[in-house]
Amino acid sequence: MRTLLWSVAAAAGLVAATAMLDPFRNYQLATIAAYLCATAGLTVLTGLNGQLSLGHGALMAIGAYTVAFAQKSWDSLYLSLALAVVVTTVAGAVVGLAAARLRGPYLAGATLALAIAVPSITITFQSVFNSEQGLPVFLTPPRTLDIERWQALVAGGAAVLVMWLLANLSRSHLGRRMRAVRDNEVAASLTGVAVSRTQVLAFVISSACAGLGGALMAFLAQSVSPGAFPLTLSLFLLMAVVIGGLGSLAGALWGAVLLVALPDVIHSLTEGMVLKPAMASRLEGNLPLAIFGVTLIIVMLAAPGGLQGLFSRLLKRGHHAPNS
Amino acid sequence: MELHGIGVRFGGLVALEDVTLTATRGHVLGIIGPNGAGKTTLFNVLCGLIAPSSGSMTLDGKPLKPKPHQLTRLGVARTLQGVGLFPGMTALENVMAGATGSAGFLSALLGLPSSARSERVLRESARARLDEFGIAAYEKAYPATLPYAVGKKVALARALVTRPRYLLLDEPAGGLSEEEIAELATLIRTLRGTCTVLLVEHHMDLVMEVCDEVTVLDFGRVIASGAPQEIRDNPAVADAYLGVAA
Repeated sequence: MRTLLWSVAAAAGLVAATAMLDPFRNYQLATIAAYLCATAGLTVLTGLNGQLSLGHGALMAIGAYTVAFAQKSWDSLYLSLALAVVVTTVAGAVVGLAAARLRGPYLAGATLALAIAVPSITITFQSVFNSEQGLPVFLTPPRTLDIERWQALVAGGAAVLVMWLLANLSRSHLGRRMRAVRDNEVAASLTGVAVSRTQVLAFVISSACAGLGGALMAFLAQSVSPGAFPLTLSLFLLMAVVIGGLGSLAGALWGAVLLVALPDVIHSLTEGMVLKPAMASRLEGNLPLAIFGVTLIIVMLAAPGGLQGLFSRLLKRGHHAPNS
Repeated sequence: MELHGIGVRFGGLVALEDVTLTATRGHVLGIIGPNGAGKTTLFNVLCGLIAPSSGSMTLDGKPLKPKPHQLTRLGVARTLQGVGLFPGMTALENVMAGATGSAGFLSALLGLPSSARSERVLRESARARLDEFGIAAYEKAYPATLPYAVGKKVALARALVTRPRYLLLDEPAGGLSEEEIAELATLIRTLRGTCTVLLVEHHMDLVMEVCDEVTVLDFGRVIASGAPQEIRDNPAVADAYLGVAA
């Protein structure tokens, strides 16, 4: 019930915010929402269930290409988004079942292969995926709304829905089972938890979320190409959820905000410097990864619970302050 | 619960050889032996964590081919050596993890009232267990912050919350004080009759006090079994196990 109230409040906040923001900010909000779907799913997989995936960028690509194909066949955005979720759910189930016997670094290795394979497939089968150029995503925006506001409402609505479902899940016996498997597999199985099945379930759920995130990215960019889903995307997603705070879904939100805000900050930084154009473009390409990496190290040293862990600690201290 | 001719080999090492034993319903069966005798291996076979290379098992007269996660459904619960709690969950959640909920996947995902109801029932029964053990005050504490004896009780509560018919206790007295062991003995005695208890333990006074029968393992073989008094007087046992002390 509490999760439902939070979600309704978030949805109301979203409608109000999109009315006030300018188109560029609305577009950024929509991008945060799209990333949030993926980071929230990854939080369930890594934070709740203790599995490591380096291939979530590829699952996002699967969702994105599905939307492009679906929109070419019919012009019904919601149906296309739903189909993207279904397709990535199936893909996640196949990978999850194959990876069910893998642990730790081996699972990471298998998912890393996925991250490398999917973009290559789109380049190999040129006639279907149109190689590096990618595919357009046909949209018919409503006449009564700015396109950016519409995008923010759709992506934001999807993110609220995902957060609501995942919050319910993590508070239920299923979430408890996932945490039990993460903490101690033998003890979990002796308390009646089917370990492999729980791991596959977590992988499938998080794949579905990544698929929706990717589908929303395609919807926002109105196109999809392999360049939008490089290997570094998978790494960024993982770093974002760790920096945000693996323990909670709120951490996924901070992670998503970082993913959108950091490249922006870096862009303004490099703009301020007097650099040769070639140097500037090289810096812009690599700086985000470097800064993310450094941030990750600092956060791990200073606040192992991530940003969310830090905030809740500060909040608790604030609560106790009057008594002390 | 019966085991017939159970054998386990790890490469060239014989961990268990031709182990046959019967746990009589409602009795407390002690399994003792020196370190490395195969006691925990025997529990691992019973739980399906290790597949025996020979022999068979029956539970309630039916053949038993255990899979660890199906044991609680068969009425078998087990505690682990040490504490074996889930470190990322509170004491209450640890106990709740032992109980099986009735809500399905969709109900949990959509947060339907049936899921909330099932959680409430689980929470209440877990709380009742903690209360029974006098550790309700620790329900929100995480395992790392619990006193050792409280952690052990939480683990026991997690095993008992499923209302098992068979309870496998792996060194429950390890690390406890004399007073806490006396409390444990009282608890095991209250279980007698409703629950068959298999007790792997090094604390001889506890074994002699609470067990109806005792089986002694040495180098993976059963060297004696019988009433506690017979075991105490058995020269072979004294040789293998108590020999040094005697």
